Amino acid sequence: MSFEAFLIVAAIMFCIGLYGALARRNVLAVLMSIELMFNGVNITLVAMAKYLAPAGLQNDISTVLTGQVFAVFIITVAAAEIALGLGIVFAMYRTNETVDLSEATQLRH
Amino acid sequence: MLFQDIVFWILAVMAIVGALGVVLVPNLFRAALLLIVVFVSVAGMFILLSAEFLAVVQILIYVGAIAILIIFAIMLTRDVQHGNLPNRMQIPAAVFAALLLTALVAVAVDTKWEFLPADQQDRAELIQVNALTTLTGEVLDDAGVSPEDQTEVQESGLADLLISDYVLPFEAVSVLLLAALIGALVLVRPNPGTGRG
Repeated sequence: MSFEAFLIVAAIMFCIGLYGALARRNVLAVLMSIELMFNGVNITLVAMAKYLAPAGLQNDISTVLTGQVFAVFIITVAAAEIALGLGIVFAMYRTNETVDLSEATQLRH
Repeated sequence: MLFQDIVFWILAVMAIVGALGVVLVPNLFRAALLLIVVFVSVAGMFILLSAEFLAVVQILIYVGAIAILIIFAIMLTRDVQHGNLPNRMQIPAAVFAALLLTALVAVAVDTKWEFLPADQQDRAELIQVNALTTLTGEVLDDAGVSPEDQTEVQESGLADLLISDYVLPFEAVSVLLLAALIGALVLVRPNPGTGRG
């Protein structure tokens, strides 16, 4: 269980999420893939907080928490994103009767 | 250390297989359930990384709120059975994701990381776990923290950082959350003109 193992698992999760976000047609599947990407980044940040020496370590020992603080902010932003995203999904479903992204072409012309 | 290794690999396999399931399973509802598996294994990894508070937050917010919201959304829209279809960008997306993965792994393995000094690791771990446990003098004595350092360790928790060094982002993110919730309410409000809900 080395630092690099955590980074590689996080990178795999991020890239699976990226593939899902780019290649899926259902907007809910895209939202779930984006959550996967958020989680991959969070693992990276927390692993770096545990294993790496932050810049200001000599003056302030609490800098070892910086990565966790960032992870807290990412989780908050993810919650805001999913609330807004589902609102948009419902608005789209009301006007289009579908959640298929390839049918959402109203802005094309 | 061996036990932690076994737990880590179990969690890693669960997270990766679950993540693959989320993007590949055709049934959207099952994909959402696999997403919960991924969230729980990420919470387990947070505990391995001595971020206990984040692990609890991960369960509460991701599993308790986000996953349930997504499942509600899946139930309220149609095409649950075969909803998770790929679009025409499938192959370019897979190639792009594979290339990015190669680059990320190469960077992770190649970089000379500046690791935490061995003599600081115990102290750092105490501070990182401090988010949930109350550190008494005895615990700190056992961990070899000198008496003059004990106050510093006890006072440096996640909450203290959030309302001291990071107070501006903290306030900004709370305004963002409020704005997002109001925006979501406005988006799902019934249209007054058409009378449809």
